[in-house]
Amino acid sequence: MDTLNDKPLLEVNNLSKYFHGKQTVLNRLMKKPPPKLVALDGVTLNLNRNETLGLVGESGSGKSTTACCIIRLYEPDNGSILYNGQDVLAAHADELREIRREVQLIYQDPYKSLNPRMTVRATISEPAKVHGLVDRAGGEKLVKNLLDRVGLPSTVADLRPRALSGGQRQRVAIARALSLRPKIIIADEAVSALDVSIQAQILNLFEELRRDLGLSMILIAHQLSVVAHLSQNVAIMYLGRIVEIGSTSEVFLRPRHPYTAALLKAHPSIETSRCHTPALTGEIPSPYSIPKGCRFNTRCKFTDALCFEVDPPSTEVTPGHYAWCHVLPEYDKITSKQS
Amino acid sequence: MTWIKESYHRTISEAIKRLRGRAKSERRWSSMTLWLGVAIVGIMIILSLSAGWIGFENPNEQDLNATLLRPSIEHPFGTDELGRDIFTRILHGARIDLSFGLITTYASLIVGMLLGALAGYFGGAFDTIVMRAVDTVISFPYIVLILAIASVVGAGLFGAYIGVLAVSWALYARLSRGEMLVLREMQYMMAADTLGFPVRRIIFKHAIPNLLRSNLVFSMSDIVLNILTLAALSYLGLGVRPPTAEWGSIIAQGQKYLRTAWWISTLPGIVVVFVGVGFALIGDGLADKLGEDVTGAF
Amino acid sequence: MKHEVFSETPLLEIQDLTVGFADRRGFLMAANRVNLRLPKNYTLGVVGESGCGKSVTLRSLLGLVPYPGEVIAGSILWMGQDIQKMSKKELERIRGKEISMIFQDPTSCLNPVFSIGDQITEMLRVKLKMQRHKAFDRAIELLAHVGISSPERRLTEYPHQLSGGMRQRVMIAIAIASQPKLLLADEPTTALDVTIQDQILNLLANIREETGMSMILVSHDVGVVAQNADYVAVMYAGQIMERGNAQDVLHNPRHPYTRGLLNAIPKIEQVGQSGPLEPIPGQPPNLTELPPGCPFQPRCPYVKDDCTKVSMELDRPEPEHGTACCFVE
Repeated sequence: MDTLNDKPLLEVNNLSKYFHGKQTVLNRLMKKPPPKLVALDGVTLNLNRNETLGLVGESGSGKSTTACCIIRLYEPDNGSILYNGQDVLAAHADELREIRREVQLIYQDPYKSLNPRMTVRATISEPAKVHGLVDRAGGEKLVKNLLDRVGLPSTVADLRPRALSGGQRQRVAIARALSLRPKIIIADEAVSALDVSIQAQILNLFEELRRDLGLSMILIAHQLSVVAHLSQNVAIMYLGRIVEIGSTSEVFLRPRHPYTAALLKAHPSIETSRCHTPALTGEIPSPYSIPKGCRFNTRCKFTDALCFEVDPPSTEVTPGHYAWCHVLPEYDKITSKQS
Repeated sequence: MTWIKESYHRTISEAIKRLRGRAKSERRWSSMTLWLGVAIVGIMIILSLSAGWIGFENPNEQDLNATLLRPSIEHPFGTDELGRDIFTRILHGARIDLSFGLITTYASLIVGMLLGALAGYFGGAFDTIVMRAVDTVISFPYIVLILAIASVVGAGLFGAYIGVLAVSWALYARLSRGEMLVLREMQYMMAADTLGFPVRRIIFKHAIPNLLRSNLVFSMSDIVLNILTLAALSYLGLGVRPPTAEWGSIIAQGQKYLRTAWWISTLPGIVVVFVGVGFALIGDGLADKLGEDVTGAF
Repeated sequence: MKHEVFSETPLLEIQDLTVGFADRRGFLMAANRVNLRLPKNYTLGVVGESGCGKSVTLRSLLGLVPYPGEVIAGSILWMGQDIQKMSKKELERIRGKEISMIFQDPTSCLNPVFSIGDQITEMLRVKLKMQRHKAFDRAIELLAHVGISSPERRLTEYPHQLSGGMRQRVMIAIAIASQPKLLLADEPTTALDVTIQDQILNLLANIREETGMSMILVSHDVGVVAQNADYVAVMYAGQIMERGNAQDVLHNPRHPYTRGLLNAIPKIEQVGQSGPLEPIPGQPPNLTELPPGCPFQPRCPYVKDDCTKVSMELDRPEPEHGTACCFVE
């Protein structure tokens, strides 16, 4: 292995993104700035080669914003992103085009992510043609190969999305992403909209692609079980921050952040029966008014005075497993049977 | 037990037959509206184009011995005060009216759809400029604005063309911009972005085909509106000059004789309504047919 | 277990319910000979993938099958009375008063131009003929009951000012306002985050415990059904494939479809040690062109010749653990 391969493929450092709300007349009169929405606040994560990194959190936690910032659909306000050693945020139009070719996004809803007026053939071959990767004959071959790769019969090439089921559409979307020979696939809730029996097919396909094509993946999901199954490492996000990160089995079997523990406890599983009190009370605070101190303090059961004053620093609880919590309560095996 | 089963199966198969029948008749009805509309408009176009060959050559031929005749076999729609055959005049007028309707509608559709699509896609200053122009045009009463423009440009067919074109693009622009805003949020448009497609391709290949449906459906009622506008302008003396045969001017001239020779105004009026219904039916049918392409209930 | 309750007159009894739809793509049966009994104070879970007919079945219980569908056979008995033979007036009385419903998307179920208070008190005044001020007091009570803090203030707010979880709480408050005997819950937590889902399911469980209300819980999430239902029915292509006590069905599934479904779910407990999942092969059924015989037969690993010929019925009577597969022991 050469030295380049030891470095992570993607390094995200201290990434922040704010959105500005509407300035009201009253605020303007009082010379107040418009309300600031904190979408991401100092997110740091690394994606290694041939690794699947899970990104978990509730809506509003900043998972999708992170993905959008990585390919600069949103311009981050702070921080740096290095892709293969190249500064993504400083990339010019041409470089950015190349980066976006190598970092492909797969969306949640295959009913909305395919143009209803284009055939499967056109959908899959168009990106490679536009990027000049193939000519007409090569496009034909590419479509055939990719359909085969994602497990679709070549007869679907002439159909429009309307004639396909949800799972088949998601396969087409994956084939379209693969057509540009990407190095990273960001799957933004890519299996959430699918039925269980189909979801398993797509998850297996993702694992095959990672293994056979050497892809790296960022798997954004709200379903813990999906992340547990597919990813080697996982980052738990809450209100624009990562609160716990580490290898998936470490984090899921021995969580140290109360939020991770609550997520695991709330996950409805056949193996466990429901607890008689909710795992977590209250709701995620508004990103317009982030709580002082630890941002989880409004819902946490373990708070002490420090939690309301000081932002918790990261603690390496075991090698490679970090949690941002003052208290770091220990749990016995969360996923074991509960009554 | 077997008896219950048999009766159950009978109920089911009867219900299936009934539901299938209902769906079929609904389907038939929706395609019938389309074809009925096409037939009405088609007949009108064929008749007007072939008027010369089927014995209705000259719309301006006067016969002072046959003035104000009632409808008869020789003169199906009667004659006017100068003895001109109304039916011939209607057929020849159709050329002017239909081409006016089609040209003004589709020229403004193309212009309006493009401006609206671009405004919706890019937003910003371009959007503001286009939409303020649209608002300005739309905020005036339609017919008054056209009257004003037509009278500035000068009475006549050319003035009518300019007047209608200047106004009716705005509706397409507004419609297309709204649709584009919805479309922009669709993930396949975002995907086109992240797949690195050039902007021109995204707009023309990915967005415009999805804007066409609503624009086409709307255009069907717009054709009628534009034909009626021309008729109204001619009626007011700003459109086609006499003696040129045109529906509005025929109706206007017949007005004087409404009590004694009702057919001069009434029968062309009915033809206008008839053609209007034809285009409306095509619009309805198209909405059904094109709608089926995009949506899926289950 | 709780099987004794099945001997009483059931609250709701569905017999051979068949719902058909016909449009330009053809004819399909969204529900095909569905048989279910629901005793008092009981939770029935209906689980299945999209298009399996679970929502249509639920809607038909209130006479709300969307056009162009209709109930083409079977009967629905509400406390012994056939719902389909009821007059419009009787049906209206039952809807919302004896049977209430909550939906997946609480956003589209609340009218954005009326305040929360208006929408709750409307229900109380129309259905329960309450006086204005009494309805107002009751609304505050209800909101507090569903866990909404400072309910007086919330009454004056509008739906867009509330989060998704809050809106679902409001929907629940409206649904339980008339103290219904049965709550129909159509994917009530699918649109919500997992911790909020957990809160809502707990809330529903508490309400059921207090009031003895029955519930039909429709969900695609086997875990949600497993944790919240006493009795479960697994549907596929409009038919019930398997039904019985929730623990029996989900821990000792008899039907190949149920087994496949359970195997396909990634399990959080197996983190770090899992090989590939075992998905059910093939595509979901096309309801307009169902195969002959058992609808699951094209995807079934145990398929035999007979499966393509006969369509099976559930082999054991309720409340036993029945399955619609002839090749299972």
